[in-house]
Amino acid sequence: MTLFMQLQGSLLASMRKLGAVVLFLGEILAQCPAAFTRPRLISAQVHNAGVLSLVIIMTSAFFVGMVIGLQGYDSLARLRQEDILGAGVALTLIKELGPVVTALLFAGRAGTALASEIGLMRATDQLAAMEVMAIDPIRRIVAPRFVGGAISVPLLTAVFNAIGILGAWFIGVYIMGVDGGAFWSQMQEYVDPSDIGEGVSKSIVFGIAASLIAVYEGYNCAPTAEGVGMATTRTVVTTSIAVLILDYMITAFLI
Amino acid sequence: MKAALAADNLIEISGLRFSRGSRLIFDGLELAIPRGSITAIMGPSGTGKTTLLRMFTGQLKPDAGSVLVAGQEVPRLSRSDLYALRRRMGMLFQNSALLTDFSVFENVAFPVRENTDLPERLLRNLVLTKLQSVGLRGAANLMPSELSGGMSRRVAMARAMVLDPELLLYDEPFSGLDPISLGVVLRLIRLNNDALGLTSIVVSHDVAEISHIADHCFVISEGKVIASGRPDELADSESELVRQFMTGAVDGPVPFHYPAPDYRQQLLGSS
Ligand SMILES: Nc1ncnc2c1ncn2[C@@H]1O[C@H](COP(=O)(O)OP(=O)(O)OP(=O)(O)O)[C@@H](O)[C@H]1O
Ligand SMILES: [Mg+2]
Repeated sequence: MTLFMQLQGSLLASMRKLGAVVLFLGEILAQCPAAFTRPRLISAQVHNAGVLSLVIIMTSAFFVGMVIGLQGYDSLARLRQEDILGAGVALTLIKELGPVVTALLFAGRAGTALASEIGLMRATDQLAAMEVMAIDPIRRIVAPRFVGGAISVPLLTAVFNAIGILGAWFIGVYIMGVDGGAFWSQMQEYVDPSDIGEGVSKSIVFGIAASLIAVYEGYNCAPTAEGVGMATTRTVVTTSIAVLILDYMITAFLI
Repeated sequence: MKAALAADNLIEISGLRFSRGSRLIFDGLELAIPRGSITAIMGPSGTGKTTLLRMFTGQLKPDAGSVLVAGQEVPRLSRSDLYALRRRMGMLFQNSALLTDFSVFENVAFPVRENTDLPERLLRNLVLTKLQSVGLRGAANLMPSELSGGMSRRVAMARAMVLDPELLLYDEPFSGLDPISLGVVLRLIRLNNDALGLTSIVVSHDVAEISHIADHCFVISEGKVIASGRPDELADSESELVRQFMTGAVDGPVPFHYPAPDYRQQLLGSS
């Protein structure tokens, strides 16, 4: 009974938060046209959120690629189907692992940085000071960060996929001796444009969700040191859950 | 009569009521601030002095009552009218609120860059002039993390006045300053007010300091103005309340304690 009530309570709280996040998205979108008139602010954020995440994305991608290469080789070798390793790896990465893992890593590296940066501005009255200076903090601070993050995720996903495939190639072809020509040609054969479309649409949705959650948590954090800490934690937790739920929904919708 | 008053007063507050949760912060507050003067707002910690300033800037809305600034009803202004009104104000925050990513120069330049299209050369001169007036032209390239508390306060002052506002709000400009910086800040407030012809509102509990420069004082306690007048009038006021505040007695009609259950009972109580 108490468990049921707890579930009901947290479900209600999640719904209320979802509503608040959607309203916040509306506020940001209303300021986006103004933000686009200053592309430098956005490109600075693509640098912050995207370029600075590159190392962690590339390292993770190489290892994820290697482990899929190894597992894939092990399974396929039992069926004497090693030649389709390239196709299997590419499909797994492009449709599923690339967008999901990139979004999770983005939440950990860039999302937390965004939330704590904006949260600190809230806690030290910098946002209030801007309001008094007749500068809308949503336009000047939040919108460029949201757009920069949302642009970064699909780009990072593309990098993740490319490096991941390279990792799988390294294990499969270079170490395990799968035929290199077969690896690439089977990949070309089996990966459809629609698969790529699925991956790209996922990464766009995840980028919007991850950036939105990070700026929302930062902007609405309690104006104290603990408030900022809690906002960063909530950013990772909420983004992870949101990405996994959205991933299922998009997959179910597209298949 | 009312219209004649409105002409000289930049700010008029009447019947202001505001509460945070169950705590009533303003309970029918009345206040009028004449143009061109320095007005001190005093009161014990936690009475809502910062909250009152946020009513002037429209960052908080009252539950009831009227907040007239420059003849405009702040809580009812549309967003764009409110932003237009804010361009005529400057505010010094209690904790300076400098933008941590920007240098001193860029902090002062920030409101100019965002609100005007001033050419770079003019902007540079404007910012350097304001920094010179607070004695920190030499610190233009430092980052906020490299400043002392008093220096940050002065940078924030330069930023608040960079667009030559009509109204400057200072929230606790003296707290944590050494005697020299304090003297500098006091002199700056007076100088700004007289040279630029603006209206200044200074929130402070440094009774002695503020008495030097204020033309008029309001003492706020428990949601109301409990006394107002020139600093020397307040010092020999009849009211026990006001004398307690001006002389700094610990307890008296103005409670030192935040509302709490009975002390003895709480200490001896079982849980
Ligand atoms: N965000 C908030 N949420 C709830 N209560 C608040 C909030 N901010 C302030 N308060 C309460 O409002 C009251 C007035 O706060 P305010 O900051 O205006 O006081 P103050 O007069 O400026 O005090 P000080 O001199 O210490 O700066 C305080 O009792 C405080 O507890
Ligand atoms: Mg205060």
